[in-house]
Parts: sequence; C-alpha cells; structure tokens
Amino acid sequence: MEARFLLGFLLLLSLLSLSFSIYEDQVGLADWHKRYIGKVKHAVFHAQKTGRRRVVVSTEENAIASLDLRTGDLFWRHVLGKDDVVDQLSLSLGKYVITLSSRGSVLRAWNLPDGQMVWETVLQNSNPTDSFLHVLGNVKSGRDSLILACNGGSIQAVSSIDGLVVWKKDLSVDGLKLKHVFQPPESDTIYAIGFIDTSQIAVYHLNAKTGELLKHATQSSPVDLSSEISVISGDSLVVLDSTRSSLLLIKFTAGSITHHHKLLSDIVEDFSGTAELIPTKSNDIFVVKAPSSIAFVKVRGDDEIELIGKADPAGIVSDSLTLSEEEQAFAVAHHSSNAINFHVKINGREILTESIKIEEHRGHVNRVFLNNYLRTDKSHGFRALIVMEDESLLLVQQGEVVWSREDGLASISDAVPAELPVEKEGVSVVEVEHTLLEWLKGHMLKLKGTLMLATPDDMAAIQAMHLKSSGRNKMTRDHNGFRKLIIVLTRSGKVYALHTGDGRIVWAYLLTPLLQSKRCPSPSVLTLHNWRVPHHNALQENPSVLLVGRCGAGLESQGFLSIVDSYSGKELENLILDHSIAEVVPLPLADSSEQKLHLLIDNDLNAHLYPRGLDSLKVFTSEMANMYYYKVDNAKGVVKGYTFKKGCSTWSSDAYCFSTRELWSLVFPSDSERIVATARRKMTEVVHTQAKIMTNQDVMYKYISKNILFVATVSPKATGGIGSAGPDEASLVAYLIDTVTGRILHRVTHQGAQGPVQAVVSENWVVYHYFNLRAHRYEMTVIEIYDHSRADNKDVMKLVLGKHNLTAPITSYSRPEVTTKSQSYFFTHSVKTIAVTTTARGITSKQILIGTIGDQVLALDKRFLDPRRTANPSQEEKEEGIIPLTDTLPIIPQSYVTHTLQVGDLRGIISFPANLESTTHVFSYGVDLFYTRIAPSRTYDSLTDEFSYVLLILTVVVLVAAILVMWAMSKKQDLQEKWR
Amino acid sequence: MERSSALIGSLFLIISISCLINPILAATYGSGDGYTVAGRVKLDSLATKGFGLSPKHSETKVILNGGQRITFIRPDGFFSFHDVPAGTHLIEVSSMGYFFSPVRVDISARNPGKIQAALTENRRTLNELVLEPMKEEQYYEIREPFSVMSLVKSPMGLMIGFMVLVMFVFPKMMEGVDPEEMRQAQEQMRQQGIPSLSSLVAGRS
Repeated sequence: MEARFLLGFLLLLSLLSLSFSIYEDQVGLADWHKRYIGKVKHAVFHAQKTGRRRVVVSTEENAIASLDLRTGDLFWRHVLGKDDVVDQLSLSLGKYVITLSSRGSVLRAWNLPDGQMVWETVLQNSNPTDSFLHVLGNVKSGRDSLILACNGGSIQAVSSIDGLVVWKKDLSVDGLKLKHVFQPPESDTIYAIGFIDTSQIAVYHLNAKTGELLKHATQSSPVDLSSEISVISGDSLVVLDSTRSSLLLIKFTAGSITHHHKLLSDIVEDFSGTAELIPTKSNDIFVVKAPSSIAFVKVRGDDEIELIGKADPAGIVSDSLTLSEEEQAFAVAHHSSNAINFHVKINGREILTESIKIEEHRGHVNRVFLNNYLRTDKSHGFRALIVMEDESLLLVQQGEVVWSREDGLASISDAVPAELPVEKEGVSVVEVEHTLLEWLKGHMLKLKGTLMLATPDDMAAIQAMHLKSSGRNKMTRDHNGFRKLIIVLTRSGKVYALHTGDGRIVWAYLLTPLLQSKRCPSPSVLTLHNWRVPHHNALQENPSVLLVGRCGAGLESQGFLSIVDSYSGKELENLILDHSIAEVVPLPLADSSEQKLHLLIDNDLNAHLYPRGLDSLKVFTSEMANMYYYKVDNAKGVVKGYTFKKGCSTWSSDAYCFSTRELWSLVFPSDSERIVATARRKMTEVVHTQAKIMTNQDVMYKYISKNILFVATVSPKATGGIGSAGPDEASLVAYLIDTVTGRILHRVTHQGAQGPVQAVVSENWVVYHYFNLRAHRYEMTVIEIYDHSRADNKDVMKLVLGKHNLTAPITSYSRPEVTTKSQSYFFTHSVKTIAVTTTARGITSKQILIGTIGDQVLALDKRFLDPRRTANPSQEEKEEGIIPLTDTLPIIPQSYVTHTLQVGDLRGIISFPANLESTTHVFSYGVDLFYTRIAPSRTYDSLTDEFSYVLLILTVVVLVAAILVMWAMSKKQDLQEKWR
Repeated sequence: MERSSALIGSLFLIISISCLINPILAATYGSGDGYTVAGRVKLDSLATKGFGLSPKHSETKVILNGGQRITFIRPDGFFSFHDVPAGTHLIEVSSMGYFFSPVRVDISARNPGKIQAALTENRRTLNELVLEPMKEEQYYEIREPFSVMSLVKSPMGLMIGFMVLVMFVFPKMMEGVDPEEMRQAQEQMRQQGIPSLSSLVAGRS
C-alpha cells in the first residue's frame, strides 16, 4: 500500500513535469534571443526634422525593418513569406513605407512609426520581371499622392492612402518595357519612357489623374539597347548599348525624342572591354564603371558630356544624394586590409576622404547608402550605411563606425556545439565578489520573490542579481556544462562562435578572402563539423572545427577544407582539394591526435579520407570492412548502399582515396512514389538502456541501431503544397530502412496523406509530421521498433544459467525479428522543423522540439507520442505514466520554450547535452536566434536557482530552537520528577 | 447586404480591369484562374479601429497552406489572399498570445467561387470568414500567491509540521501509558544503552 502511495506521489511529480515552464521573472536567466534582419539590399533614410531618425531597409531574407539611425536597434521588423521577395522599397507621404514584392505583383504600405500594415494591393502582372515603382510626390488629388507601378507595358496608379487602384493603363505594345516615368512639376502629364525590344525608344504622355493616353512617339535607336539605364534628369536618361562600349543619351521633350550616341572611349581614357552603368538617379550626372576606373560624367545641355571625377574601380558607389539643385553627392567606399576608404564626392569633386578602421573579418564592401545631415554651421555632414561581404551592416560617420549589426547571423546554415577552455588553476576569470552579508541579502530577496512579497523594485533587483551573479558569461568550462560555444556557419562563409551565456560573439572568421587569394574564386561553404574534440589523448591541443565547401557554384567544382581553432577562431589549415565534394561523412573514429576521421565523397563516388596521415589510414583500413555508406537520390527515387574498397581509378596513386562498391539499391516506383523526406539518428546520441519494462513486468527490447534510415515518399500528384491534391490521389508511405543491408524493417502507408513531411529519429522510434487530407488536419505519427529476437530473455533462470543471447552483439548483419508499434495523433499547427532533446547519458526522458509555423518552439513530451497510450489506461498503466489517449496532441502554452518570443523565419533547431544529465541546450535559428536550456524531467540532479537557501536556514534555526526548548522542558520535568 | 457579406455565394468574376478591393467579408472574385479569399481576424483589442494596435498585433500573420503565402492583417483586421486556385486550402493565423484554430477553406471548382470554411479543431462551420482566437495563451507559469498552505506543503514545511506533531502528540500518547510500564520501558532502554533525549542533552551539558 505504501509503495502504491509512493508511486502515486512519483506520478504526481512526473505529471507536473509534463510541460516545460518558466515564471515570468525567470526570463533571460538561461535564455537569450537576438533579432537580426539579414543582408540589406535597399535602404531609405527617413528625413525628419524632429524625433527619432530612422532608416527603413529591406533585406535578402525578405525582411522589412525600421532601424534607429543612432543605435542600429530595431523599431519594427516583418519577415515576409519565402517567395515574397522585396523588389523595391520607397516612402510615401512621409509616413508610409511602400514595398513592391513577389516579382512586382504585391504592393504593400506599412505605417512608418509602428510597422502596422496599412493596405495591400495585388497588381495584375503580365510580365513578372522588370517592375518598378515610382512615387509621385506632387499629384495633388486631395491630399493623396499616387504610386505608379510599371510593369512591362502597363502602368497602374495606386492611391497611397488606401491602396486602391485609381487607374490602370495598358499600352498594349509588344515587347515594350517601360524604364522610367516622370512628371514635371505643376503638370498633369506623366511621361513614360520605354524601349520596344532593343531597337526602339518610345515615349508616352498620360494624364496623371485618369491615365488617359494623350500622345505617344517612337523613334528607332542607332544601336542595340541594353537594359541598363541611368536617369540623369526628369526628361533625359542614359542607356548603355548592348556591346557595353557606348552610350546613348536620350532626351524626350514635348513629344519628340532626341538622342546622341557617345563612345565610352571618348569619355574614359584608355577604355577597353565592357562597362557597367551604375543605376543612379541624379541631376545631370551618371556613373560608369569601366575596368580601369569609375567615371563620374556630367551632361551639359543636349549632347555635351564631361568627365568630372574618377574613382578606384574596386570601390562601390552609392546612389546619388541631392543636396541642392546643382549639388549631387556620391559616396565611394572600398576595402583595404583592415580599413574602409570612404570618399564623398560632390559633383565629382572629392570633398571628404576618410579611412575607417574595421575588423578584418568583415571582408569587402558590398553596398553603400549615403545620407547627409546639417551641421550646426549649416554645412553638410555625411553618414553612410555600409553593407559588408559578411552581410554585416555598419553606420559610419566622421571617420568612425557608430554602430554595427552582425546581420550575417540571420542566414545560419549549420551549427555545432563546442567546448570552452578549461579554467586554469589559480586563474579565475570572474572573481567571486560575494561577502556573506551580500549573499544573505540576495537570498532574502529571492525568498521574498518566491513568497510573492517582493515589490517591483525588488523584482528588478532580483533579475539583475540573477544575470550578474551566476557567472554564466565566463569564458571557461563549468562543471555542469552549461557554458559552451555554439559555432555557426552563415551563408556568406563567415564562422561565428557564440557564447551560450548571453549569445555574444566570442570570435568571428570570414573564410572567403583567404580562399579567393588562392585559386578558389567564388567559394561557398557547405557544412561544419567537429574536427577535433580532445578528451584524454590530446588535451593540450585546442578543439577545432572543420569547414567543407566548394570553390564554385557547380557540383563539379573542386572542394576545399578549412580547419578553425574553436577557442581563438584562427584558421589552422586550409586545403584546396583536387576533387569535388558531394557529401561529407563524419566517422565515429579518431586518430591518435583525436582528429576525427571524415570521408569526403566526390561526384564519382570515390571516398577521400581526411585527415591524411598514416595513423588515420591505419585506423580506417582496420575498420573499413565494417563501413557502409548510403546515398539518397531524391530525383531518381533511389536509395543505394555502398561499401568501400582500397584504391580508386582516378587517383590511383592516392592511398587515401577509396572506391565504393554498390551493395544494394532500393528503387521506389517513380509513378507512384516520390521521396520527400529522409531522417536518421544523430550519430552522437547516447541510449541508456535497451530494455523497456512494461506494466505487466514484461520486458521489451528496443531495436537500437545507428543504421536506421527513415524515408517518406508521397504520390507524385501530392508533391505540391496543400490544396493541390485531393484525398483520393494522395498517399504517403513511410519506410524504416537498414542502411547496411538495405532491408526494409517497416513500411506503412497513410492513405489520403501528403507532405510536407518533417521527421525525427531517436533511439528506437521515429516521429513524423504530415498532412492528412481526409481530416484536413496535420497529423503526427510515432513508430517504435522493438527487437523480437530478444523477447524471451525474461526468464530469471535463463539469465542465471547464461542461456540468453543478451551478450550477442547487436549487428545489422543478422536479421532480427522486429515488431513495431505505432500510433497517430492530430496536431494543430504547421511544422517547420522537428528535433529531439539529447542528454549526456540518455537517461532523462525525451521531449520533441517542434518549430511551429508561428516561429515558436514547442517542447512536447515524448510520452504524448507513446504507442501504448489507450483511451482508458488501467491503474498500473496510469502509475507508469501513460497518458490517456486523445485524438489531438495538446498544445500547452507554457511548454513553448521560446515563451513570448518568436524566432523569425525559424529554420533549424539543434539540441546538445550539458554535462548535467537532466539538462540539455536548445539552440534555434532563423532570422533570429534563440537559445535556452531545458530540463525535460526537471532538474532532478541539481538544485535549481529557485531553491531557497534562506528557507532551509530558517528551518534549521527553527529546529535548533525547538530542540533547545524541548531540552529546557525535559530538564525542568526531570527536576520536578526528582523533587517528587 | 446579408447575401453579399455571406461567405457562400457572392462571386464576382473580374471581367474588367477594375481591381477595386471591396472590403466585404470574404467576397470572392475570380481573376484569371484564381479566386480571392478575404476574411477578418478578430482580436479583442482590435475593436477600436484605427492605428491603435499594440505592436503585438501588427505582427499577426495569416498563413495559407503551411507557408505557401503569408500576409499581414490590416489595422481593422482584414486580410486577403489573391489568385488562390480552386481546391481545399488551410489558413492559419499566427498571433502571439492567442491560439487560433486552423481553418479549412474549400473553393469549389464546379461552382466557381463558392467558398466554405470550417475550423479544423472543432469542425465548426463558419458563415463568414471571421477568425477569432479559441483561447488566449499564457506562456508563463503563474506564481501562486503566498499562502500558509504552500509553505506547509514544502519539504521544509513538512519537516516542521512533523516536529510539531511529535512535540504535541507524542506526550499525549505517553499519557495513555501506565506509569509503571513506562518506567519499566525506560529502565529497559537504559539497560540497552539507548539514551533518552533528556539524558542525552543533559549529559552533554
């Protein structure tokens, strides 16, 4: 009976832990959240006389944001959909941000102060390229101003107040591409100029209020026209010819078109090759980028042109900034070793030259946006936003970087955890500053907090104390393994190390410059791996990470390796390979200096072993017979298994090159199945026990194999998104495949289901998420796989007599009988990614980390996805912690690990263990980053921060006092007795 | 009015180039091969029209088919998707602090523009595409206000409670015992060498 009670109590405790949850005042104790925007591609400065100065930007991550120009902080930010690429950004009426996106078909207006979307208009779009916006400032129809959206040969005028289309004019001329619209001040006529094919110039006069076509004129051009234009005034523009060696000046006034042909060699001395016209809009000045220099050219009158300035061809030119009628400012910035040379030219004359020191790891200048301000003496000061090669954003002013944003972190493609250095004896990085009194005071405050007696001031003090005291930002390893580095790789080829304490950047390293200086012109980094994790053999060595990439865009281009020290961020080694890289296979082997072995599979299916050393070769060849490799070909619908053998044909003299031999192949019928998702177990996952004890004291043995591959296929009609297929034409098949033998361990068909499929494999189970078209809801299915051949090992006598097969090695060579258990549940939300928690020894129960469509991360206990759940669990099952079956998985708001935060455009979640068994690190990334530590079964192995030491002391004091009182009482009684 | 605002029905094929957006609830136009799905998200604090939205609400997104398309709500809560092909679609609303049920939207191909909508969580059919949160979400655990009970229930509280029990109940239990037997028992204990508390403490002092 007591045991029952105890069990009941334990159950109560365990039920409490079903959801991860924190109190509001615990926010920021273990977690941090960083918001980024990505690489800026458009920027518009908001010039306001008073109030906060801001700049509105749009980025390559499809984000629109408003930044504080003084600090670089975000006022607001929106991340648009994946296909909703922002084409153009503009301001209207001084209070709306206008964006044109989705290849010129969606026009939106956002309220500048708070980022609320004000209106949205969909433009009918015949030609999904070459769209542009033109905001007319001076059409006064009421207090409205019109936005002209031009696309191919049609113009739509949209009211900027409510987004209604005021008029639409389709010029219906084949091959017409409008290039520029212009409205002279105080006029009701709009001039639209465009090219018909590449040979004719056309001008249209339209009524600004109605869109009525008033007049039009065409003229054939003497040269073939390219699409590069530069507007030099309202009614004239410059266009480059298709050979890129001459220019055409076009002026269109009052119904007539005049043009003048100019050879570039007349303007730029020693011109050769091809030129680029930098698209700017300015008064009478255009910028030509020739191979030898950048030329600033002024146009005088109709056909007179004059070179007014030159700049280094390596420089990046900003758009022009109009200071006054005659004054045009341009900024030119270029990068030299560890500084940016920043020049401002007014009318081609250099008026400002600054050399701005920056960190070396930022690379070249990619974009410059110039802005000016009025100094107190009425002269012009200049500031500029500079976008660097590593996608960071800098604001420079007066020769200094005022602020910088590491927006490269918005495009993380891979992340691995790494250890911090061990604390050396006698050297403490952060000294322990507590006196006893302070310590007591702190704990009194905490106690007040837990007893809800604290005032808001106290709460703030508690928060500050928490943040300061815990020593979580130290740069050394801690006993619990809470302090680690997260090494991340971004799209630009930059590697960052983030501290788990507060998310700060410990070091950053940009890979590309060094590679470019060698024979690797356009490197792209693919993956990141742990290269060396010292344990005991090579403790004096620093851990390091391996970066693998390609030198070009194509699959065939040669690969490169780079090894970076994870403590310092210094590159240790850098290798340009003579073979291509199709895949990197990290092996669970290491050489004597603890460098992990990696196989690089090239496009011809040869395997190249790294590191190259006799030692690693010996290790590998001794294990080679047991090495298998599989390859999933999504396009062909084939999974193939390979083994390795010595020597390869292409590099016959290379001892580190191995060829592969096909062992098996699984061909999915292409007319009924398409591979949509694959998943496999993490190689580093630790499983604590193979046995699972059932309620009836029975034992089930989990089928634990590192070679399980989950493959999901859907019928070809259902490969599109939701809404593209009906329930009768869609089906989803899930396979569990052994990658050594190619044996299908389990196969299940879900009729009327379709992708997208997200799956995670861990221990002996797989959980996958897909869409059920019949119920029109998302579903999650769990499959658990058990080894049946060991199922009779439950007789104690057999175990005692040794008549069991438990010591037989688990191997994929044998064909054990497996049984599976499976169950499906509805899940409310769309899912972007799924991961599972991993702990140091695999004892702690698991939680499934679900990245939802709302960019939150939900921690769902694995017990909700247990195939043994029944609608009415028996008393025993309840005691074991089996939750009554429901058709839908519950979404408990408190179990969102991201609590009130969102990880914008969530793409990935990784979980890696802390040293403390109960705790795991969770890092999720997208445009934003979010890190936290969670304890799926509560922190059963350590006292939490919540633990009240003061209450403990109070209890002890009370106990001592009670003892004393009792002692006095008993003494008194003794005395009385003796007197008696 | 009723008819035009009803979700089912009201289809206007776009014949002309007019693309005035009629903010009638869920009015649908076909344009080319697609239809427009328009609706409204209703949050409590949205009742006040204008720009009085908290920044939280300006983040509210409406998502079609698990991320195929994303749109934002206007200050008055309206949203629309254009050029949606006929078929069965799923609309989700993401708004921090609120739990929205996904909505199944059927656009009929045979009966062009006829739209039906139903909440997938509870299969409730919607007459109008007005999406209201099913519940508010509280992401933090609420701290229990201080109470004597919570203190008593804590392990330390239990310890104290037990001590108090021993202090007051045990002497009472002793009273029921015959003094002779008591003395005998005490005698026995002394012989066995188990010191009583009083002698233990007294012996030390």
